[in-house]
Amino acid sequence: MSDPLLSVRDFSVRYETAAPVDAVRDVSLTVHRGEVLGLAGESGCGKTTLAYGVQRLLKPPAVIPGGSVTWHDADGTDVDLLALSPDAMRAFRWDKVSMVFQGAMSALNPVATVGAQLADVFEVHRPGMSRAERTAAVVELLEIVKVGAARIKSYPHELSGGMRQRIMIAMALALRPQLVVMDEPTTALDVLVQREILREITGLREAFGFSVVFITHDLPLLLEISDRIAIMRAGQIVEIDTAANIWFRPQHDYTKTLLSSFPRLTAERGVA
Amino acid sequence: MTAIEVRGVSKTYRVRGAGSIDALQDVSFTLSSGQTIGMVGQSGSGKSTVAKILTQMERPTSGQVLLDGRPIPTRGAALRAYRQQLRMVFQDPFASLNPYHSIRHHVARPLALSGVVPPEEVDAEVHRLLDRVQLDAAVVDRRPHELSGGQRQRVAIARALAPRPALLVADEPVSMLDVSLRMGVLALLSDIQAQDGLGVLYITHDLATARYFSDEIIVLNQGRVVEHGSADDVILRPQHPYTRELREASPDPERFFVDAAGGAR
Repeated sequence: MSDPLLSVRDFSVRYETAAPVDAVRDVSLTVHRGEVLGLAGESGCGKTTLAYGVQRLLKPPAVIPGGSVTWHDADGTDVDLLALSPDAMRAFRWDKVSMVFQGAMSALNPVATVGAQLADVFEVHRPGMSRAERTAAVVELLEIVKVGAARIKSYPHELSGGMRQRIMIAMALALRPQLVVMDEPTTALDVLVQREILREITGLREAFGFSVVFITHDLPLLLEISDRIAIMRAGQIVEIDTAANIWFRPQHDYTKTLLSSFPRLTAERGVA
Repeated sequence: MTAIEVRGVSKTYRVRGAGSIDALQDVSFTLSSGQTIGMVGQSGSGKSTVAKILTQMERPTSGQVLLDGRPIPTRGAALRAYRQQLRMVFQDPFASLNPYHSIRHHVARPLALSGVVPPEEVDAEVHRLLDRVQLDAAVVDRRPHELSGGQRQRVAIARALAPRPALLVADEPVSMLDVSLRMGVLALLSDIQAQDGLGVLYITHDLATARYFSDEIIVLNQGRVVEHGSADDVILRPQHPYTRELREASPDPERFFVDAAGGAR
């Protein structure tokens, strides 16, 4: 757990609008190799801006006034992500860090088959692959996420919400990244499908060993799946600790407020 | 004392080219004033169809809905009067309020239509209702887009309460709100329920809040009632495999950390 993968130091994001907004303020955190880091906070707290910002996915008027983002690659080299050229950054994304988004219906292309969309990843990032190699890789991905190769010609609308989310996960794993950022990947799913997807993610992590940054406002869910949890509020991380410490020994008042926002399912009646 | 009885209700939707879908099959339960029933189940289990049938937006294919022993009206002035007795709070406070109208209009209109207060007292009653849902009187001239999601849902509750209903159907009333606001809105609903002796049907997929705010819980699966009992019995001592499955799937840090500690020993 002491093996760092991504080090973020004093990182800020400002939206340079008429009244500038400091969406992320002096955030420092480290994602370790193989861990699940939960990022919790309410809408507008800056959690998605932070995740996009470190990958330089934000467009103007967003600017990064300060901070550093260092990637510690599995091959032993350190990469300063804020100094990479746009082309190098483009090649870095998805190869090293991929994402799973919340709305699979809007993130997937409705007029392309899921097979074609998965093949796209290889066409762009692995131009040396032949068509047959791409197809074989797509078939393998569909099997890995248990959608099944028979669905290679299906369109997104022909799949259930859970299956569409599995396609998103397949796409994120296509290049065997070292980090997968999951932004509310199960929020729109009902509780049974959500559990099925979480089990899938756990199994795939055991198989491939990638780290996960899991973003959600659902703190009970994060407590179950995270090694550590960062609590974010108004652009700042107010507390970061192991899941057990966040649950048993929350330090910050805001963490306590968030915990008390969820009634207990099976404990004595009352609020956590 | 008012009671609405759903007796053996089934609802079949015909789907062009795909036969039919049995959205509800032989559903029965009684909701009385003074009582909160939680209705849980996954997407497509029929929860919202129950709400639509209670409000007469849909009619049952078979079975009956009785208000104090008499079939609920299906049209005209009698249906309008019925809908003042049974009110609804919807999931999406961004869609359920009219963006062109002020908050005053949203609350005053059901007051005017129902005639529960004389015209000269409407304005005072609007303020009283906004105060009940803990909204500042200053919101009265604002429009929905100027309010937060939590404030809008409070307006929706004030609007529902305006004709002094006996029963309230709340279909996922907090699932679109930020987590830190949810308990506040549910606690408000619960206080009003107790003060007015309302009968509340709380429709949700969230087992934890269903247990916390309900006297009884009904579990729906594929249009059928698979379990119905006291909230604690259903959640703590589930009898039906589907209820157990729902419970196991719901995040529960309490149980999780107990299990984790047990596993480490």
